[in-house]
Amino acid sequence: MNPSFSSPTTNLLDEALGIGCTGSVPWRIALVQDCVEASGAFLLHHLLKRSLSAEAAGAVVFLGLAQPFSHYDRVLRKMGCNLSLQRNKNKLHFIDLLDLEFLVAGGTDQNAIEDGFMNLYNRILRFIEANNLMHNNGGWIRIIIDDISLLEIAAQGSSSHTFDFLQYCATLTSELDCSLLILNHGDIYSSEEDQCLLSHLDYLSDVVIKAETLSTGIAVDVHGQLTIINKRALGELGWSSSKVYNFQFKLKENAVEFFYPGTKF
Amino acid sequence: MAESISRSLRDGCLEGEHAPALTIEDSLASSLGSSVFDHFLAHLVSQIAAGKSQARGLVLVAFNRSPAFYLELLRRKGVDAQHVDKRVRILDCYSDPLGWKKRVPPLKTAQNLPVKANVACFSDARDTNKLMASILDLGKGTSYSELDATSCNVLNLVYLLTEFVGQDKSRFAVAIDLVSSLLRYTSLPTVAGLLNKLRSNDQTSCIVWLIHSDLHEQRVSAALAYVSTMVASIQPIAQCTDEQTSQQNSVWLGKNSDKAKLHVRLKRRNGRVKLLAEELHLDQVGVKFTAVGAQNSNVAKSLLPKVQFNLQLSEQERVERAKVVLPYEHQGNGEEIQIYDGRRSLSDSISISQPSVASPVISDTQVAPGIGEIHYVRDSDDEQPDSDEDPDDDLDI
Repeated sequence: MNPSFSSPTTNLLDEALGIGCTGSVPWRIALVQDCVEASGAFLLHHLLKRSLSAEAAGAVVFLGLAQPFSHYDRVLRKMGCNLSLQRNKNKLHFIDLLDLEFLVAGGTDQNAIEDGFMNLYNRILRFIEANNLMHNNGGWIRIIIDDISLLEIAAQGSSSHTFDFLQYCATLTSELDCSLLILNHGDIYSSEEDQCLLSHLDYLSDVVIKAETLSTGIAVDVHGQLTIINKRALGELGWSSSKVYNFQFKLKENAVEFFYPGTKF
Repeated sequence: MAESISRSLRDGCLEGEHAPALTIEDSLASSLGSSVFDHFLAHLVSQIAAGKSQARGLVLVAFNRSPAFYLELLRRKGVDAQHVDKRVRILDCYSDPLGWKKRVPPLKTAQNLPVKANVACFSDARDTNKLMASILDLGKGTSYSELDATSCNVLNLVYLLTEFVGQDKSRFAVAIDLVSSLLRYTSLPTVAGLLNKLRSNDQTSCIVWLIHSDLHEQRVSAALAYVSTMVASIQPIAQCTDEQTSQQNSVWLGKNSDKAKLHVRLKRRNGRVKLLAEELHLDQVGVKFTAVGAQNSNVAKSLLPKVQFNLQLSEQERVERAKVVLPYEHQGNGEEIQIYDGRRSLSDSISISQPSVASPVISDTQVAPGIGEIHYVRDSDDEQPDSDEDPDDDLDI
């Protein structure tokens, strides 16, 4: 049971992302971009918790490259969400990719890497198929990737293959009721060539969430700020103009607080 | 200016010339390229549907967005569905560009979306020769069974496709929604070669493509600019500086999200290059273009105070002002400056006198008859003219 979960209270982040009470979202692809000083992992935790809430009508595929399952289980348990239970109920499909050799198991040539990504894509498809069978084609699917830079490392630095895989995940978002949430680090790319994947991701995403430190430095009550660019908020007549949100956050033991600058007392 | 681009695409190419080609390029700073591409695409399709363009059909090569998106776009823009079915062919390079879906079992429980008759799936994005052949096949309306598609009524499709442009030499337009995606699969020379071949093909009327300039090196934009006859570059309205804080950044992002400047370079047949600029903004309906500075000049006009008299001079008034002779101004007509020391009587003829420090220096010019003059007669005419003495000498200071 999730005691803190009786009815998920809406906060600034949920409003900015348009997360409905059933956990559905109006966007297809969201990119979380963080840095060393302001880690964006808390955003994944928060969105994972919202996706697995009691009212949520969908399922999550989580590609865990950064941390083992036990880490997420421990963190989410403090936030009032039992990941093991959700996994047993088939609401969560955790793909453990901590061993970054999974793509080169069949060899290190380019074809082997592409085959490795294709197999990963196949695993996601099979879970979606099983979920659809169980829930009679109902509910949405959310694919969360933590994080894409490690996927690139697993692909021996091939951003091209990594992006091919992302492209196929993106097609799932237009063919099915599926959304994609990607975590990437904005400060690990040194040259302009390496930043190509960052730019590709930016173009691909409907929503970009940037986690940064305050320009004034470290503070006790404010741990950082979020800039959310909601590029393609769907309206009745088609695309509406993009919206930009900027607010600050404070990480607490069991939750995150979001507030506008100057409103934290 | 956007109108002239649409006209150029509508008119197509002359006999013996290569087809006109439009490059639309944008960047992350101003990412309205897709919307501008949609605008020109929808406009071209509506011209084709109305029979007003040289092209009788359009082949859309979709890398960036799904075919369903484009069909919905054309429906929203008011193009009749029947015309879309008849005149538009979409080569779907979005759903399965590398053929993975053929190698994994398909989703069994997926709702089978009705496969549109005018959409052909392409699964070999790295093979540009095959891509070229598929584009031409779709454009000419040859047998659909040669294309890589499944689960469709082949006979129905062959009928529809032969109706597309017919068996004669009618032309078709080509639109590639993202050349940047193609450049991920293959090299720049190969892509440039493909675009050149398309342009030089007898049945191509015009080509439009979109590229994100910041995904590639500068030479890629330059190479594609050489291949095209029109380059429409989308630039941000407000410039961003590195020193901006995150909050300023978010304001800057907000300003640039739905407004931009469109810089167009048109290459004429005679070699002349015309540079034009317009402003564009995105609203619910689509992209709207306005002339640059239309808003600025209105602002400038409103800065002048609104009064009931004229604050500015007309041209004639300026000329008259220049003609006015100032009484104490040396006119530069060669005459010596004559200093009036204040002691000459009326009867004295105008003569040159020694300028003295104490006396007022008055430049005297030849006074024309009829113009007023002032004659000053000192009381003490008998006295010696003022010298260099201190005029306060008689005072006991």
